[in-house]
Amino acid sequence: MTIAVPAQIAERRSLKIDFTWPVLITFALLLCVLVILPVTWLVIYSLSSVDEVTKAREFTLAHFANLFTDPEFVNPLITTLVVAVSSSTACCVIAAPMGWLVARTDLPYTRAIRALVTASFVTPPFLGAIAWEILAAPNSGLLNQLYRFVTGAEQGEYLFNIYSLPGLIFVIACYTFPYIFVLIANALDRIPGDLEDASAILGGKTWTTAWKVTIPLALPALLAGVLIAFLQAMILFGSPAILALPAGFHTMTTKIWSLFQYPPKPELAAAASLPLLVVTVLLLRGQAMILGRKGYSIVGGKGADPRLIKLGWFVVPAMGFVAIVLMMPVFLPYFALFNAAFSPIATTLLTPLNFTLHNLHFTFFELSSTQVALKNTFILGSLAATLGTVLALVISYITAREAVTGHRFLGFLATAPIAIPGIVLGVGLFLSYTRPPFVLYGTLWILLIAYITIELPAAYQQLQSAFRAVHSELEDASRILGATRLRTLRDVTAPLLRTSVIATWCFIFVSVIRELSAAIMLFTSETKVVSVLIFDLKESGDLGAIAVLGLSMLLLTFTVVILMNRIPGFGGTRLRNT
Amino acid sequence: MKRRITRRDVLKGASAAALTVYASPIRASAPAAEAVTPALIEAAKKEGRVVWYTSVDLPLAERVAKAFMTKYPGVTARVERSGAERIFSRISQEYGSNIRAVDVVNSSDAAHLIVWKRGGLLQPYVTEDVAKHYSAEHKDPDGQFASFRVFLCPIAYNTNLVKKEEAPKSFKDLLDPKWVGKIVKAHPSYSGTILTATFQMSRDIGWQYFEKLAQQKIMQVQSASDPPKKLALGERAIMADGVEYVVFQLKEKGGPIEFVYPSEGTPLIIGPNAIFKAAPNPNAARLLQQYMFSAECQQLCIDHGGLRSAHRLAKEKPGRTPLSQIKLMKDDAAGVEKESDNIKKRYTQIFKV
Repeated sequence: MTIAVPAQIAERRSLKIDFTWPVLITFALLLCVLVILPVTWLVIYSLSSVDEVTKAREFTLAHFANLFTDPEFVNPLITTLVVAVSSSTACCVIAAPMGWLVARTDLPYTRAIRALVTASFVTPPFLGAIAWEILAAPNSGLLNQLYRFVTGAEQGEYLFNIYSLPGLIFVIACYTFPYIFVLIANALDRIPGDLEDASAILGGKTWTTAWKVTIPLALPALLAGVLIAFLQAMILFGSPAILALPAGFHTMTTKIWSLFQYPPKPELAAAASLPLLVVTVLLLRGQAMILGRKGYSIVGGKGADPRLIKLGWFVVPAMGFVAIVLMMPVFLPYFALFNAAFSPIATTLLTPLNFTLHNLHFTFFELSSTQVALKNTFILGSLAATLGTVLALVISYITAREAVTGHRFLGFLATAPIAIPGIVLGVGLFLSYTRPPFVLYGTLWILLIAYITIELPAAYQQLQSAFRAVHSELEDASRILGATRLRTLRDVTAPLLRTSVIATWCFIFVSVIRELSAAIMLFTSETKVVSVLIFDLKESGDLGAIAVLGLSMLLLTFTVVILMNRIPGFGGTRLRNT
Repeated sequence: MKRRITRRDVLKGASAAALTVYASPIRASAPAAEAVTPALIEAAKKEGRVVWYTSVDLPLAERVAKAFMTKYPGVTARVERSGAERIFSRISQEYGSNIRAVDVVNSSDAAHLIVWKRGGLLQPYVTEDVAKHYSAEHKDPDGQFASFRVFLCPIAYNTNLVKKEEAPKSFKDLLDPKWVGKIVKAHPSYSGTILTATFQMSRDIGWQYFEKLAQQKIMQVQSASDPPKKLALGERAIMADGVEYVVFQLKEKGGPIEFVYPSEGTPLIIGPNAIFKAAPNPNAARLLQQYMFSAECQQLCIDHGGLRSAHRLAKEKPGRTPLSQIKLMKDDAAGVEKESDNIKKRYTQIFKV
């Protein structure tokens, strides 16, 4: 008898292998390849050059010396800083009061306002930039035409010139303000009403309370938002390519991109990428420090609903303010795109008389790249969303349950790509995957890798917080009853996380559709995606086709967003949190 | 005396060098001309598709592809359009990574064909039309490429914004302060047309012209087919360069746009077509090449596209100024090839982008 028992156990083990470890190790390795490989190649390239005689790679600091002395690079560097500082400041000035109005006052239609902010968040910034060209190009722009019509100003006079530094800053601010708005509104949503009640009991008037209590509590979120807005402005590629180049100046991203034109200078491009990477890392550290202190804002306990300030007659200017702000990223650009799609000339006002389906026909039945691009975008969007969600799910499981030693490092790797701007990642992936052992350039795989890497941090953060909400005792029960870790994950944890998982999937899908800066470095003719196709069309000035493709892109995006909001118990809050 | 002889020798040498681009009789070894045979059509249909990398303005390129598909149903032609310089770097990158996607190429920078030919990338193939109806200066002696399209890179203006008598007559006129902020111009790092034109203009009127033009607050676009579109929108009054054929298209549709063939001469652009040796669809590529050099396709490009043609049977459209009446700058693909990188670099220094 005593001999038989160990034999039985041995038999059972050989039948039921626990795949946990192999799976975990595979994912860890995968993550290392995804993140570390491109960055390593970037560093190697930026610090070396090919000797013309021996063809060997040699160490040099020449690229960095070049970068910080040649005005060809110094000027874009300065421009980038100016753009990032001014647009994040502008965003802050606009988004903070708006967030406060929506979260803390009795302003009507707040659901609609939040939905419209989401709309400006999912609108690809390059599409917005093109729409703003149609609106505010100095001579043909619709708004300038209106200005001349109303004031009787001479031909050649204009109100706005979008091809300028202020124009660029404005358009970038239009599509980065949602980041600040969301953080501010969420922070204000969470501030408990008791603190304000206390202030009121002590005799503080409404405005005193707002000034002395509410606003200071929201300040950390505001600072974090400003940092993110700064970062976004710094790493954008599409808007400066569309608005700065015609005006005759570069930002760092367009400069890096131009270094890949023939004859390509990958070493310089790698060197020019690294400052963006370093600044991003520093800013994110700063943000983490600020957000780390945020805890004090909810010290007062929980329960009481936020106290809404009565606006009274002030509701009229407040509503006007919100309406004007939302005109800029949403109403006006969408109108411009619609006009360009159905009018014979993009900047001629659409009337029933000149309505035409020509652009629609051209885009869908004549343009031979449309089908390929739509197909690729759809395949990549769904694959990246699926694989990205799985990857984020496993990693966040490991880190939330501290399943393996070194889980912290895995968590760090999964968040690290957030510090890699799209165009920098594009350069890194190009350098990594155009050589053995991984020759992936020219296939959809390289784009898939890029998209997954870019979207991983957000997906990981979403799912990790979801995991934290599910207590591990349910899993423990399953393990005690004999299930393996994987089976537990599948049968117990996954069903509990369903809505978060679906939300993450949708989030990645939408983000992939609007990604341009990495794709522009990695596409080939057969692996073109819609965003790249739009950029191609932009360079040859085919505005009608751009408008049609852009509107189709928005349609697809909104379909996904609305479906996501239909999921019971989800209600759209998740997207606002990202 | 001695000095003059030397100079003349140099000139002779230069023109001889320019000629050798197309006509080096010693090494000439073009294959025999081939006709469209039922076997070729069958083989092309079996492949089912063909990919044309081109810098022809998109709607025209798609129109040519569509006409080809109508004539040879069963073969899908896909157009991959970008600026000629982009197409060139795209192909370099793809071939560098062992990707063979391109079947047939068309470039508005004839120098690219020299580079590809030297690299042994091109497939010698001569269509009957090319053999019979194209003059020697419009075909490679080794049968590797021929001039698919010929066009100019003139000045043009928006007639609503500029009166005819005030319009510039020459490139130098564009330097007048009254045009500050009113000029649109394309980029030689994107467009082969502009690279070729910049080469010819810097050779004939000097780089000082560009240095002064850069002071005019020009609007810098990428593609050479964009400046005419910006004129038609009314976004700028004058284009300093851009493709002639899109101006023809817009003007003949009633757009407010008019040509100026500048007094210094107008840059002449030749856009050759070639088949790649490693084409994934070799037979469909040959069939497309056959179609594109036919009088039928060339006439379509003239009538609907505003291009000019090297095909002897193709007829110029009435109402357009014939090439013979326009003062042209001399094209020199070999010269462009040598200067290409330098032009891009210098241009970027002058115009900052």
